[in-house]
Amino acid sequence: MQVILDQDRCCSSGQCVLTAPEVFGQSDEDGLVTLRRARPEPGLYPDVRLAAVLCPGGAITVEEATGTP
Amino acid sequence: MVTTTPTAPALALPAAHGSCPFDPPPAYDQAARQGAVTPAELPDGAFCWLVTGHQEVRTVLSDPRFSADARHPGFPFLTPGRRALAVTNPSFIRMDDPEHARLRRMVTKDFLVHRVDAMRPGIQRIVDETIDRMTAAGTGADLVTDFALPVPSLVICLLLGVPYEDHELFQAQSRTLLDNRATPAEVEAAQRGLTGYLTELAARKRSHPADDMLSRLAAREDVSPAEIAATGLLLLVAGHETTANMTALSTVALLRRPEQAARLRADPELLRGAVEELLRYLTIVQSGLPRVAVEDVELGGTLVRAGQGVLAMLSTANRDERLFGAPGEGAADELEVSRDARRHLAFGFGVHQCLGQPLARAELQIALETLLRRLPGLRITVPEDELVFRGHSVVYGVDSLPVAW
Ligand code: SF4
Repeated sequence: MQVILDQDRCCSSGQCVLTAPEVFGQSDEDGLVTLRRARPEPGLYPDVRLAAVLCPGGAITVEEATGTP
Repeated sequence: MVTTTPTAPALALPAAHGSCPFDPPPAYDQAARQGAVTPAELPDGAFCWLVTGHQEVRTVLSDPRFSADARHPGFPFLTPGRRALAVTNPSFIRMDDPEHARLRRMVTKDFLVHRVDAMRPGIQRIVDETIDRMTAAGTGADLVTDFALPVPSLVICLLLGVPYEDHELFQAQSRTLLDNRATPAEVEAAQRGLTGYLTELAARKRSHPADDMLSRLAAREDVSPAEIAATGLLLLVAGHETTANMTALSTVALLRRPEQAARLRADPELLRGAVEELLRYLTIVQSGLPRVAVEDVELGGTLVRAGQGVLAMLSTANRDERLFGAPGEGAADELEVSRDARRHLAFGFGVHQCLGQPLARAELQIALETLLRRLPGLRITVPEDELVFRGHSVVYGVDSLPVAW
């Protein structure tokens, strides 16, 4: 799995940080989403997928590698 | 098939509440059962679409073909007072990007998850002191005026840099701003009052800055005094009214279902999830979020034409059985504190989604946990049918909540 961010679409709601804090952060500078790891461990997949669904700005894209459960 | 002509008489807005104070008005519920998009008529006679399904509400709130800018013709207003409010000095909730993003991003920093986490001990102190004061004053109290309202008011005052001594002024004017019964003249007067107050306060902060949001806004060169006042007003009103009503209404909901409250007392780990479930179940912005289509859009099998207003109904979206009715979790119409309710839309969706949600969550978690723990005998002292629910306000809630412990 690979996580891709579009910071322009981030409205700093913090849903991603609450859902998958291991993967997402928020910049102290401007409040925009940051990526702590672009290739999360499989154990984090459900949280990352949920974070993408919850993101109100559509700033998070999850690319699932073929064959990933 | 795409339908454009309504086949049934349009639903009259706003609809009245039914017998359960926590359920959306039955007419909205019924509309939701018939389809995700229903023709409706605003009190001024204007046509608008009532959007009730979870997925369709998400689309309306996140698709730029629906505008939040109230200056567009066709923008739906539930009352003349709301029209007056949106047009005179709009805050960024009534703007589209990039104007909206420019102003919103000036204040996002203060609501970041890790910033709010750092505020938790301070919020806990405020909650404890408020309960101390309430219990020292007697054996009973009004949970709204003595707890639910002061806690978020104190927190937002601290964050914004508004003196809490002025709380009676801003609380009264906020209530008028949100009251559907208020006339345009009353709404305008309340808005003028608050705007004047915040403009003056910001001017003082410019000469005597402190470590607060208004001081930081006032120090900027790229924001006008009118924009500072409108932003401050939005944060002040949204920062206390919503959380206050969520706290009071959550307490009523939990006391009505003692087994749910008992589970929370026994297992505080459930609290974070329970707050999400309460947000879903209560959805206090019950009258819907207004938008206007700026292009033709097909929505849930219905063609919404450019220039038509839509109301995105968070309350029915949050009761959507397709999402919140999994077996073993209880029906969507039930409060179930262990349900996974994280996909609720109580904070809205899209770029306008509530900016203060990390703070709102922290306040609700701390307030409810502390209330349940410190007042194990908490009970409502009037018969339930004497409670006055705020069906007339943009923010639903209860006017007063007599309790003893
Ligand atoms: S959930 Fe989306 S909009 Fe919110 S902070 Fe994360 S990336 Fe930004």
